[in-house]
Amino acid sequence: MAGRQPPYLDVDRLIDDRRNRILVCCGSGGVGKTTTAAALGLRAAERGRRVVVLTVDPARRLAQSMGLTSLDNTPRLVPGVPSDSDAGDAGNGDSSGGSLHAMMLDMKRTFDEIVEAHADPDRAAQILANPFYQSLSSSFAGTQEYMAMEKLGQLRRAEEWDLIVVDTPPSRSALDFLDAPQRLSRFLDGRLLRLLVAPAKVGGRAYMRVLNAGFGVVTGVLTKILGTQVLRDVQTFVSALDTMFGGFRERADYTYQLLRTPGTAFLVVAAPEPDALREASYFVERLAEERMPLAGLILNRVQRPPAAQLSAARSLAAAEMLEAGAAPYPLAVAALRLHADRMQEAAGQRRVAEHFTAAHPLVPVAEIPAQPDDIHDLEGLRRIGQAFGSR
Amino acid sequence: MTTRDTDWDGVRLHVVTGKGGTGKTTVAAALALALASGGKKVLLMEVEGRQGIAQLFDVPPLPYAERRIAVAPGSPSGHGGEVFALVADPESALVEYLEMFYSLRHAGTALTRMGVMDFATTIAPGLRDVLLTGKAAEAVRRKEQGRGRAYDAVVMDAPPTGRISRFLNVTAEVSGLAKVGPIRGHADTVQRVIRSPETAVHFVTLLEEMPVQETLDGIEELRELDGIRPGGVIVNMARPLALPPGQLEAAAAGALDAGQLLLGLKAAGLDDLPAVAEGLATELSEQARTAAGQEVLLRRLREAGQPCYELPWISDGVDLGGLYRLAARLRDQRAA
Repeated sequence: MAGRQPPYLDVDRLIDDRRNRILVCCGSGGVGKTTTAAALGLRAAERGRRVVVLTVDPARRLAQSMGLTSLDNTPRLVPGVPSDSDAGDAGNGDSSGGSLHAMMLDMKRTFDEIVEAHADPDRAAQILANPFYQSLSSSFAGTQEYMAMEKLGQLRRAEEWDLIVVDTPPSRSALDFLDAPQRLSRFLDGRLLRLLVAPAKVGGRAYMRVLNAGFGVVTGVLTKILGTQVLRDVQTFVSALDTMFGGFRERADYTYQLLRTPGTAFLVVAAPEPDALREASYFVERLAEERMPLAGLILNRVQRPPAAQLSAARSLAAAEMLEAGAAPYPLAVAALRLHADRMQEAAGQRRVAEHFTAAHPLVPVAEIPAQPDDIHDLEGLRRIGQAFGSR
Repeated sequence: MTTRDTDWDGVRLHVVTGKGGTGKTTVAAALALALASGGKKVLLMEVEGRQGIAQLFDVPPLPYAERRIAVAPGSPSGHGGEVFALVADPESALVEYLEMFYSLRHAGTALTRMGVMDFATTIAPGLRDVLLTGKAAEAVRRKEQGRGRAYDAVVMDAPPTGRISRFLNVTAEVSGLAKVGPIRGHADTVQRVIRSPETAVHFVTLLEEMPVQETLDGIEELRELDGIRPGGVIVNMARPLALPPGQLEAAAAGALDAGQLLLGLKAAGLDDLPAVAEGLATELSEQARTAAGQEVLLRRLREAGQPCYELPWISDGVDLGGLYRLAARLRDQRAA
């Protein structure tokens, strides 16, 4: 039974098209998002683009493969990346040559920089020293997403690169990437904080009466939960932040809009497993709702047994027959059992991929075969990139 | 009822963590089933709102309430056990907390409107974690009339490895904010449960570089926290490669005995032989390379000094039957 074939996602065409300026790799955790983003970046650089890859939490060896040794929030040139156009022009720094930069996000540093950019030095110092700010900037569940977006905005404005590849933070849900920044900025710019600081500023009298009733409950409850000292920290933080009100939402909105512009393309990365593809489905639907441009789905770790002409059933039967026979053929038995396993796994993967395509028939798909080894150098990343060049 | 020695006798709160994609929820569920067998009552708790338990047991989405979702096999002479499930979300836990301690019954809606719910459960750092671990601690401590403990054990499908030490170290998290005050008192109670010998943190991993590294880092981080005990390391989806002695190295080097392979395949009467044999040889050598890398990773895991368990890869996907199989494997290895 042949399932419906999805359209082919031509990754090379995507990265060769110079109108594309931002590629966002999203998907649930553990599907190889970071590796895919790095492989895309490398391939694009070797095809002549000036690329920066923004990663959030790369595996140690993957980071090493790109020459990243510290989380220092600065794009570093990845050594050993020859570009297509190297052969043609001897000049260095020529704009036609490709290059690859990579960086790891330091969310606290990024947050500090926003504060420093928006407040005068005294006030900035006051905010940075506030206990509530310190917790917020280093541990709030959405800070990482928010700061990744902020960094993306900064890299885009810098105009030093013609392609930015973003690896989204490893959250349980791919949607956090879209939602968390707005949640944080809504809070920072929101009514609650203003109320906590100065209820009188909010509005007219009639409005105040209504609000005050609610406000009494709110401060009462917050005091009960957190205690007065925490509330005081929050209030100090908020009044120090007063000059920046609006700034957070503006910045989050800027990046959100950036994601909607024609130069941006989303790639949903998933492993061919039910959980990952269910998450991918949610994301595809959400992007459509938000009118954000989806380029396609990248299916990672696809099982492609080289001896695919031999079916799982036939392979198992052969193994059993050999085991029952007089002469032992341990090597052949091991090979046949392994093959049966891989064929079964491949069939299972095809099934879940077909479910996805049945629900989203128009979403183009590209596949990356499962790699026998962990990726730990540029050569490994290059191999993955080559999968994009062949159907 | 027979008494068996397990590696975790005396542990009543089993926190199960693991990197995304390692099958943490599946292992937590299998562990709950394993702990329940022989007539025990176990609560399986989910804290990340993914409804992973419901999907695993193939039931409709679960509410913030304790529901029985499975029975466990009995001992030869005794009753079967029961597994209850609870999906804990911070909002409900906060409302419950306010009701329990302050009789603030209808505060919920007002709080949501004012953005306080958002603030308290997603933005106020650490508060969310205290509410969730607090719910687990409450279930561990709860008594039932005539029965003693309400649950023999609680298994928590916890946040991923990268966040686990912060998640469990709630006192430190909250004390950065609240040096005194009600939430601080609550956090201290929760901490006493988490830092007691009744709590162990198990790590689920695959034999791949990144999850193994995160497991090792996670164990190290917990040890530094002093009092939070790392538990077992569960290697999930293990696929051992059965090769004749000496052939693994040869296969990994791409130099396996092609003649012998071909002979065996001929004996099995397969068609299209040279091509199939070549394909199979490639598969074997790829798998051998993977296995060699996994051997190194396994050694590193063992060096961490925690008990290691292995659960097999289930080729046709984990259904309820598969869960029972995994539970039995955990019991065979004395993980439960």
